[in-house]
This record gives sequence, C-alpha cells and structure tokens, in this order.
Amino acid sequence: MLDLSTTYLGLELKNPLVPSSSPLMRHLDKLRRMEDAGAAAIVLHSLFEEQIISESQKLDFILSYGVDSFPEALSYFPDIRSYNLGPDGYLEHIRRAKAAVAIPIIASLNGFSRGGWIEYARQMQQAGADALELNMYYIAADADQDSAALEEMYLELVNEIRQVVTIPIAVKLSAHFTAFANFARRAVAAGANGLVLFNRFYQPDLDLEALEVVPSVHLSSSAELSLRLRWVGLLYGRMNCDLAVTGGVHTAEDVLKAMMAGANVAMMTSVLLASGIDYLPGLLRDVETWMLEHEYESIAQMRGSMSSKNIAHPAAFERANYAQVLRSYEPQRMRW
Amino acid sequence: MRSKITLDANEAAAWIAHQVSDVIAIYPITPSSAMGEWADQWSSEGRQNIWGTTPLVVEMQSEAGAAGAVHGALQTGSLTTTFTASQGLMLMLPNMYKIAGELTSTVFHVSARSLAAQALSIFGDHQDVMAARATGWAMLCSNSVQEVMDLALVAHAATLKARVPILHFFDGFRTSHEVMKIERVEVEDIRAMIDDELVRAHRARGLSPDNPFIRGTAQNPDVYFQARETVNPFYARMPQLVQETMDQFAARLGRQYHLFDYVGAPDADRVIVLMGSGAEVAQEAVEYLNARGEKVGVLKVRLYRPFAVEQFIKTLPREIKSIAVLDRTKEPGSAGEPLYVDIVTALAEGVAAGQLAAFPRVIGGRYGLSSKEFTPAMVISIFQELQQAQPKNHFTIGINDDVSHTSLEFDPDLSAEDPATIRGLFYGLGADGTVGANKNSIKIIGDETDLQAQGYFVYDSKKSGSMTISHLRFGPRTIHSAYLIRRANFVACHQFSFLDRFDMLEAAEDGATFLLNSPYGPDEVWDKLPRSVQETIIAKRLKFYVVDGYSVARETGMGGRINTVMQTCFFAISGVLPREQAIAAIKHSIAKTYGKRGPTIVQKNYAAVDQTLANLHQVRVPEKATSAFDMRAVVAANAPEFVQKLTAPMMAGRGDDLPVSAMPIDGTYPSGTAQWEKRNITLEIPVWDEDICIQCGKCVFVCPHTVIRAKVYDPKYLADTPETFKSVPARWKEFEHLSYSLQVSPEDCTGCALCVQVCPVKNKSETRLRAINMAPQPPLREQEKTNWEFFQTLPEMDRTKINTHLVKDDQLLEPLFEFSGACTGCGETPYLKLLSQLYGDRALIANATGCSSIYGGNLPTTPWTFNAEGRGPAWSNSLFEDNAEFGLGFRLTLDKRLEYARELVPHFASVLGEELVHGLLNGDQSDEAEILRQRGRVQALKERLEAWLAGEAVNGDSNAPLQNRARELLSVADVLVKKSVWIVGGDGWAYDIGYGGLDHVLASGRKVNVLVLDTEVYSNTGGQMSKATSRGAVAKFAAGGKPNSKKDLALLAMTYGNVYVARVAFGANDSQTVKAFLEAEAYDGPSLIIAYSHCLMHGYDLVHGLDQQKAAVASGYFPLFRYDPRLAAEGKAALQLDSKAPSVRLEKFREGEGRFSMLAQQNPEGAAELLELAQQDVMARWKMYEGLAQLSLKGHQGKD
Repeated sequence: MLDLSTTYLGLELKNPLVPSSSPLMRHLDKLRRMEDAGAAAIVLHSLFEEQIISESQKLDFILSYGVDSFPEALSYFPDIRSYNLGPDGYLEHIRRAKAAVAIPIIASLNGFSRGGWIEYARQMQQAGADALELNMYYIAADADQDSAALEEMYLELVNEIRQVVTIPIAVKLSAHFTAFANFARRAVAAGANGLVLFNRFYQPDLDLEALEVVPSVHLSSSAELSLRLRWVGLLYGRMNCDLAVTGGVHTAEDVLKAMMAGANVAMMTSVLLASGIDYLPGLLRDVETWMLEHEYESIAQMRGSMSSKNIAHPAAFERANYAQVLRSYEPQRMRW
Repeated sequence: MRSKITLDANEAAAWIAHQVSDVIAIYPITPSSAMGEWADQWSSEGRQNIWGTTPLVVEMQSEAGAAGAVHGALQTGSLTTTFTASQGLMLMLPNMYKIAGELTSTVFHVSARSLAAQALSIFGDHQDVMAARATGWAMLCSNSVQEVMDLALVAHAATLKARVPILHFFDGFRTSHEVMKIERVEVEDIRAMIDDELVRAHRARGLSPDNPFIRGTAQNPDVYFQARETVNPFYARMPQLVQETMDQFAARLGRQYHLFDYVGAPDADRVIVLMGSGAEVAQEAVEYLNARGEKVGVLKVRLYRPFAVEQFIKTLPREIKSIAVLDRTKEPGSAGEPLYVDIVTALAEGVAAGQLAAFPRVIGGRYGLSSKEFTPAMVISIFQELQQAQPKNHFTIGINDDVSHTSLEFDPDLSAEDPATIRGLFYGLGADGTVGANKNSIKIIGDETDLQAQGYFVYDSKKSGSMTISHLRFGPRTIHSAYLIRRANFVACHQFSFLDRFDMLEAAEDGATFLLNSPYGPDEVWDKLPRSVQETIIAKRLKFYVVDGYSVARETGMGGRINTVMQTCFFAISGVLPREQAIAAIKHSIAKTYGKRGPTIVQKNYAAVDQTLANLHQVRVPEKATSAFDMRAVVAANAPEFVQKLTAPMMAGRGDDLPVSAMPIDGTYPSGTAQWEKRNITLEIPVWDEDICIQCGKCVFVCPHTVIRAKVYDPKYLADTPETFKSVPARWKEFEHLSYSLQVSPEDCTGCALCVQVCPVKNKSETRLRAINMAPQPPLREQEKTNWEFFQTLPEMDRTKINTHLVKDDQLLEPLFEFSGACTGCGETPYLKLLSQLYGDRALIANATGCSSIYGGNLPTTPWTFNAEGRGPAWSNSLFEDNAEFGLGFRLTLDKRLEYARELVPHFASVLGEELVHGLLNGDQSDEAEILRQRGRVQALKERLEAWLAGEAVNGDSNAPLQNRARELLSVADVLVKKSVWIVGGDGWAYDIGYGGLDHVLASGRKVNVLVLDTEVYSNTGGQMSKATSRGAVAKFAAGGKPNSKKDLALLAMTYGNVYVARVAFGANDSQTVKAFLEAEAYDGPSLIIAYSHCLMHGYDLVHGLDQQKAAVASGYFPLFRYDPRLAAEGKAALQLDSKAPSVRLEKFREGEGRFSMLAQQNPEGAAELLELAQQDVMARWKMYEGLAQLSLKGHQGKD
C-alpha cells in the first residue's frame, strides 16, 4: 500500500498536491471539486494589500467627487451605513471555504507594508484559516533603498505577524535575493514555518501598436521547475522549516522531482488553469504508478533523497552545475 | 434625555415621515429630493417604522405618478406619504383634490420653491404651496429645522384625527438645506403621538374585496354640490384638532406651538404677519426693536389652511393699529397676495363679529421670491413704513423696483444680530471639500459644546469650477438668523484665485480674522494680493493668516481636497474650542465620517490634521498697501452693452443690486454670452504639438467645453500673427495649399484632458507625449489668450466645402455651443456641439429641464451662440415633462408657416420672376450648398418684395390686399429656408416623466429630431435611478442596485416602423455618431438618437470616459446601431448594427465604474447575481438585434 501522505506546516496531508493561490479559489464550488479531485490542501487566492487600499481610495473618490458643488446635486450616490471593504469579504470566504471542504485551507496575504496587515492576519486566523501564506512581492526600483534595509522590512513583517497569530506561517518569496540561503534562514528565525519557492510575477510587456506597457501573464511550464529544484535541494535539511515548490509543477514527474529535492508539498496553478481541475486525479494516479513501478513505498521515503545533503555530488546544485549546463550547450563538432 | 443632533430640515422631515409610513412613493425634484433619498436609503438599510416594519419606498416616473401611487395606497388603507416641491407639486394637484375630497389622512412634505414663470428657479418661495391652497388640504408651515421635525409629527398625528390631508411645508433651501443643531424627536415620542386606533380606522376605510364598496364615482348636477358640502364639519373641526395635537406635543416635548404664534410686545401697535423662515428673521428684528423701546410684534401663521379666523383675531395684540402682511409669492393681477387677502378677510369678519374693536390699517407686501434675501433690516424698514401716514400697500422689499416703484428702501448695513454669535464665511471651490468640512465643523461644535450652531451653503449654478460660500453661525442663544451673513468675524478664502475676482472681505467686520489658502508663505503673500484687498486688510485691521493647504493636502495624499486642512485651521485660529479638544474632535469626526471607507482614508485625513498646524502662519500686515495691480474686470471691455450692464454684475455676485428696470420683461436673453465669462478654473490646459498632429479633429470633437478649435484658412492671414501662434500646412488633399491651426481657449478650458486621451498620435521618442498634452495654465495664459484672440479673427471655413460625413471635416465647422457650465469631462456636451456645428444656424431646440437646460440656460450666461451672420440655435426650455410636445409645437409652427409662405409666394410670380418662384418652392435643400442657394433666393425675395412695396407706396391703398400679402410674406419668408427641430433632453425625461409625450410625438410622423442624452440616471438632481439605469447599477432610489434591466427605448421606437432610430456613443465610434446625426436630419420623419453619455454619476474619473464608452460598446452593454425606415422601403433590413458582437465580458466594462463596483462593496453576492443577469441581458438583446438586422419587413416603413 502506497503512502502518499506528507506534512506541511504541521498539517497532515493525504498527499503532496496543493492547488496554490489563483482566481479559481474565489469559487466555493471549485474548492469542493478540487477536494473531490484529490487536492490535499488549498491555498486561497490572495488578499492583496494594493487592492484593499485601492478599493478604499476608489470608494472615497466615488463618495467625495463632485459632492457639495451644485445645489441640485449635493451628492451623487447613496452613502449607505457600511461597506464591505478591506478583508471582510475575504474573511467570509475563508469561513465558507472551511465549511465547504474538509481539507486544510491556507489563507494568502499579498503585500509588503504593515498598515492594517498585521490585523488582517489575525482576522484570518479567527476566520478559521489553518495556516497563512505571506506572499511578499516588492520591486526594489528605488536606487536609494539598499538590500539590507529591504530584507529587514520583510523580516520585521514576518516577525510581527508571528506575534499575532498562532497558526503556521509560510512565506512565499521570489528568488531575487543576493544571498537567498541566508535570507531564508533569517525568515525562519523570524517566525516562518515554511518557505514557498518561488512566486511568479506579472511582467510588463510592450504593445508595439499602442506604444503602451501592458501587463503580461503567461502560464508556467515545467521548464521553470529547475530553479525551484535547486533551492529546495539546497535548503532541505539545513533549515528548520517546511518547503513548498510552486511554479513549474505540471506533471507527475515534476511532483516526484519536487519531493526528491526535499519539498513537503508540490503546489500548482497553471496546470489547473490550463487543463482544469479534472487534471488532478490523473496526475495523482501517475504519481502512484511511477512509485509502484519504481517500488517506492511512500513519499516520506523519497523526500529529500536527491537534496544536496543526500546526493553524491552536492556541487551539482551549485556553480558546478552551471558549468555543466554550459558545456552541454557547446556546439557539436562541425560535420561536413 | 433627547439627543441633540445637527441636520437639515429635509432629513428632519424624512425622519418623522419614515417612522410613520407604510408606503412612500417618491420622485426627485430640487430642493425636496433629499427627503426621498433618505427614506429610500433607510428602507434599503432595513430601518423600521414605529410598528416594526420597514416602509416600502417606490420611485415613480413623475410627481403625477407619485401622487397617483400615493392616492392608490391611501385608498387601500396604507399610511402613505410623499415629498415634493414646485413643478412637482403642480403635477400632484389633480390627485390632491381627490385625496381631500375623499377625506383621506395623509401628509405631503413640501420644501417650498418658486414656480417656472419667466424662468425656472430651484430656490425657495411659496408660489408652489400657494397654488395648492384651493385643493382642500390643510397647510401647516414650519419656520426652522426644529419646527420641521416637530410639526411634521404634529401633521402626521393630526391628519389621522381630522381626516383632512395636510400639506406640511417649509422654505426650500433656506430651511430645507439649513443645517441646525436641534433636539431630536425620539422614536418613543413618535410612538406616543400616533394613535393606533386611528391608524386602524384609516386602514378600515380602505378598499377591500372583503368589504366591497365603490369610491370615486361620477356625480350629476343633482347631488355633486350637496356632496361637496358634506366635508364642512371636518374643516371646521380641523384647527381645534391641530391645536390639541400641538398641545399634546408640548406636554410631552416641552415645545408649545399654536395655530398662530405671536412674538413681541404684548401691547404692540404694529405687527407683521407672515409664515416660513422669514418669521424667524422678523422675530430677530422684533426683539432688536423692542429692546430699543419700540412696541412691535410678529405673528407667525402656522396653520394656514383651514384658516382659523377666530384664533387669528385672538392672537393679535389688543393695541394693534397697523399690520403688514408679507407674502413670499406673487399672484399677478390679484387684489393682493393670498395671505394678505386672507388677513384682510379675517379682520373684516373679526370686526363684523365684534371680536375686534376697529379695523387696523393693513398693508401687504412681497418678499423673498426665489430665496431672495430677507433680513432684519428689511423687517425694520417695514415697521417704519407702518408708521407712515400713508404707508405703501402692495409693496416689495429686498429689491429695487424702479419700474412700478413698489419697493421699500432699507438700510443694508443695519445688523440686528446677537453680537455674541460667531459668524464665519468660507469661500471654496465645489471640488475642494469646503462645504463638507463646514458641515462637519457644525456637527463638531454642536456635539462638543453647548453652543447653538447653524450652517447654510450657497452654490453657484456651474457644474464645473463652482464657487461655494459657507455661512456658519455659532452662539450661546437660539439662532433665528435665517439669512446670509453680512458681517463676519471670520472670513476664509480657500482658493487664492478668488482674490482678484470676488470682494470677499466686504463682509468682514473690523478686527475680523482672515484665513487665506495661499501657495505663498507669510513673508511673500502680501505682494501677491490685489491692492484693494491689501487696503481692506489694513483699514479693517484684520488678523491675517495663511496656510499652503494644497501642499499639505498633496503631501498627505489628500490630492486636491483641502477640507481637512482648512477645517483644522479654522479651529486653530477661531478659538471656538480649545485647540487640543478641537484636534481630538476633528479626528473623532474623521473616524466617524470616513471610517467606513477604510483605514487608508482615515489615516491620510489624520495626517492632514497633524501637518496643518506647522504650515499655518500669521502674516505681519504692513502699514501701507503696496500692490500695483487690483481686482480684474469682470468682463472684457469690448463685451456688448447687455453683458456689461446685466450679465457682468450677475457674474460678480452682485445680481441682487440690479433694479427691476435692468431685467428683460419676458425672460428673453441674448445668446452668445458664455464667451464673456472667462472663468480660469483649470490649473492645466492642452498644448498642441503641431509637428506630429495628423489633424484628425478628434480632440475638437470630444472637447466638452468647445475650447479646442480647428481652422483651415488661406496662409495670407498669417501676415501678422502673434509670436507664439502655431500654424502648419493643412493635411487635406483638397485644401493642400491652405494652412491649419488648432487653438485652445486657455481661460475657458476646464482641464478635463479628454483631448489628450482621444489623441491617436504618440511621440515616437517619448511615448508619454501625444499631439496634444496638458501643461500648466498660468504661464501660458496670457500668451494663449493672445493666440486665441488672433485665431478668432481667422475666417471660418466655407461650409459648402466640407464633407459632413467626415469627422475630420466636421470639426472645421464653427460650433455654436461653447464654454458651458457643464461638468469637467461631461459626456453630453460633445453631442450638442456636433448638433450646433451641423445645423446650428437653422436649428430650433426644445430642451427638457435637466443638466442640459441648466448648463444651457442657467443665468448669468448661455453657451448657445451665433455665427458672424447672426444666425444660431434658437433655444428654449418649457418644463421637464412636456419637452417632446413643446418641440413638436415648434414643428407645427414651422409646418403651418411654411404652408402659408408657399401659398403666398405664387401671388408674386410677376414681382419675383418665375425662376425665383420655382426655386423658392422646389429648391433642393439637402446639403449645405443647396441651403446656401435657398438663403440667396429668400434674400432675393425680400429685396424684390420690399422694392415692389416701395414702388407701390405711390399707388396708395388701391392694391391694399396684395400689399398686405407682401408684408405677410416678408414676415414669414425665412421659413422657406429649411429649419431643423431638435428635441433634447436626458433619460429622466425621455424614459420616465416625458415618455408619454415622447411616444406621442414620435407617433405623429412629424419631422422632429429627438436627441436623448442618456446618462442612465437623473444627473441634474443628483443621481436618482431612471428607467434607463441598468441592472445592478447603484443609484439613489436604487441603493441596493437596480434589480431590473434598462428599458429599451430604441426598440420601442422602432416598433412604429416610421421612426429613424440610432444608438450612438461618440467615444466608441465618432463616425457612426456623425452618420446618425446626418441620417436623422435627412430622414423626412421623426428621428430618435439615443446618445450614450458618460457622467460623473457613473463613479469614476471622467478622464477615462472615452475608454469606458469603448468598453460599453465592446461588451455589448451599449450596442451601436441605426434603424432607417428608408431601407425597409427598399426591401432591406432597416436595422444596421454598427458594433460587433460582444467581445469582452460585461464585468470588464463594469469594473471600471463605481456605480457597479459599489454594489460589490455593499453586497458581493447580490452584485454577482445581478451581474450574471445583466450579462444575460446583454446576450439576449444582442441576439435579438442580430435577428432584427437580418429581417426585411417591407411595408413596415415610411412616413404615414
């Protein structure tokens, strides 16, 4: 009997497949379908800091613009007693998600500054979230801002949230740190129970006809997995935390690689957006088939088996690996 | 302990009405709209009445509809109410007779307003309620905000006892909009005053099939009269029942009212009788005079109908010698205004009955029409007049009537105010939040102190860049001063640019404080002040403070809203509250006001408070005025005489000083006056980059205020151009030898930046730049003013050379609609401008009341103008509800007159020549060249006829009949040039109140063009739902999102088969818009153009208006099409779709607009449900249009 179970952030999961934060999570019926399809836990879509601020600003604009200017129209909209602003809708969604499915629900906070942030984390715990994922996304475009100060800001935020919640916290990061391993260790020290590697950003694109910068979003591919494998492989066993791979998990092989590199869970979004929730059962079966064919008994057995700690040549995860890849791209001997 | 609250009278009336009603039927009209809005909002929030159930609030299509619904609900036993004013009350009159005749208990709350006579006015007087005095309703008048709340309850309680309906009224604006600190009548009080047995009796009188009877019969001469007299005992009893209810109220709440309340010396020899807010003013004057040894009094009439003669006589002081009766109304041709006549009658009856020893001297006078100021000085003047041997009767007060010499003089400098009252005047821009801040200040002072507080706010009639003046009073004693502050001890100017336009310090008393929002600091500001401002500051020894409010607001994320900054300054300087307490109170108020908008908003307001004090400085005032410059002239020296004498004083806020003789007698005003009102309201204006411009004309097209113009002209005119004037070769094949200029009028621009948004060109090196870009106005003002003046001297394009089917060409046509007072970024005005460009020189426009009638015809100026030949649109506004019929009347005149002219022409074949006669009668007038030819023929006709008549003069009367025909033909000949009739209005008119008439006019088959400026909401009255509002949109009266879909007016019109119908959205497709206008006018029958107009009421920054129009079309929210009956006649499908099948989800369009996104913030699930239904609407309608576009229905076409 295969044992697919794993633990993540102290949560007992029946398998390592975790659909990660995406717009799919807005719909309760989709959460139920994910559970039915085999998902072991769900990371909800993110509560965006910018969105809360912008909704607030927008409402203020709507209710303020043009008022008290013209005697016949002193206001333009009914100003009702209360608005569903900020986290209220999101918190309600957590409550409903918890009621709708039995698998763990991980709430996601996306932002960078403090503000009401700390409070939102506390409210998410109150609403029933089993864990929190902090998605820290910041483009350090200000040339006067140095990396040390920025890292401190990240860590302070983790620490402050740690002070107000008792549920586990995972921190979702980008790979763009000069000394990632060091930062990862400090994040754990600040209170992170898990690291989610790595987030993917909306990137700008240029529209040549309209001469405008437009946001571009494209789904991930398995090619993006390598970066995650490297860092999971490097961190496994060296950090006192769980690890999640996200970005580039599309196939059973991708899941298996993530596990062997040392991840507790393999998170996925693009493949579910592209192939639908019904893709999950097949994926799970493929994982099982592979494990049976290769006579693995459990996920626990393979977890970290190919991390830098456990492989013969740890340098393969480091710069040596780089040299090897370059060589593999050397032009073939010319033939004529 | 009852709570003290600060609110206005509309809210006070609605508070009571909502508590004691089952059903409320409403319709918006200024100044009563807020009462309905409160009721609707409370019900949507689930607030319950005293019986624990939430009143049902229903918006109707007109006041006539509201009255009908009220009547129906009353007849079926509901406790029902409504709110209205002015024309709205006029529409309710027929039902009011019925309701009274059927002895039905109800109360209508009316914020009394002027009636449209020589002009519409939204302001307050008693013309409307006086027109209702014959309906059989009791009429109860409240004079102040407290009284409105108190007497509203008295009215609701008394009508149940008496079975006589009550019209409860108070002065529009002066009372309805005055914010006052009052004691609230609590729910328990209301509960105690309403007798449930009477409620059940009312219910039991209702129609029910379980207890069948009929009511509303038709009666014959045999019994109608007797039946009409049956009600007399109810009216006889009514005054006593009202008094009992007042006594019951007094026993519970301590405030004692009477049918007539007398204030003054018990032994007064002179008394003024009046009702409304003026009675409060009179009380202030009476107390002032009596304190100085006089013996005078004021008698306040509260229950005006039924008029209790005996009570009135009893209330008069015994020593009375003379009485002045003041009416806030005008009844031309009467023996006297109504209250005067009633008082004279009452006195006569009192004398006859022996209740009064002698008949006192009585004079009557008019005051306060359309919220004209009424002050204690005027009251004192009237008391003085009463002492004259021959006092003037039928006088007026408050104006200078130099025509009929009715007016009494008064001393404008006399003040009867309590010197202990703090009086503050605040001058702000609508957009800067000044009024909101002041309303908050009143609440703060009301809540934090024992002081009485009063606020009144004056707005100008512009929808962009409007000036607001806040009048705030705080004092230890009850404030009766229901008039504007004339002597202030605190004056704040929140906009530096007002300094050289308005004399704000005129009202500052000696030693007052002057706070100026200034970009210049305490050390540099002095030299930036106009000389006369400096002189006043010195002469009046003002304490002068500056704050750079905009910097503080910018730095704290407040943008252009300086409300919090200026409010903090007021509290810091005025000392009304200790500074620390004031700051805490402001912050508390911020949290209360903005808390529900999110912590971000609260925090930035806190930051603004915190940073203000460091930026507030007292200015050391020099001993001498030093500036070499002074206030600007109101209008240019070359403005016409009418503008100089009449328009300019109105612009400068000195319209009150104009005498009667200055006014046109019949409401006729010259066109083309907006061009003289240089408002300079924007900080940025567009600047043309002539090097990359492709001359497409789109910026000219979209400019809502017609400040961007394009001309193509002979380069010879460039001989003597201003230094910075720009000109390039014209990019037209047919005009390649000519020059092209695009010019902005810098002083008329409102800075909306739609021109930049629409520009299709981007700079190849810096893509942020386009062929037109915004730049700061002040440094460009003088230079561009000179360029604009030069540009105006360039000749207009020859209209016959324009290909009107091309937008690029059309934008060379001279617009005859310019510089309106519409909102910045308005989505309606580009359509009107296009209309004026295409047909303005021969157009007659009937304009429904609404936004377009206000920015089109609200004094002091009008944007409708004329060309060099003196031709331009003839424009008029009748009412809201009758515009289609009004416009049809224009067409009927033209049709009849044309027929007459054509009958006359052949009589003069020998005089005119056969060829001219043939041309006049058969000339093709289908394009500009042909129109020009016809104008030539009419000119020739006039010349030849006049020459003939001159020759005939020697023949005397021998040929009199033909001579007379010639004179007749001369007077009607202009009609031989084709005229274009346009019926213009908003969706409130076309979809709701005017729909019946519109339907009839479309069905008439007559050649009229109907242009519906569809903002999908009642824009002018503040965003109430109309039947054009779409599903899921939040609007007033649809606070929970409109549950059902938008009425398809286009489809309804198409069913006639002979109506040309188009739906256009210029931001999505300007060519299609132009095509529709051309086809509509060319079609020989009725046409209807439904023009999508983005609007501030859609809840987003209108700089994105064009993008939203595109999204509206792309999502299928507003499909574009044209339905042309001529195509059906050719056997083709009459409907042509001009937009593609929906290509983006409706959500994409809706997420950009606050009217939709707000609902998601209130009720996410409801919003999602309505969005889904709305998406289904879109798909279903598109499918239907697609089907119709493939349908050819021969026979369903053509003119009847």
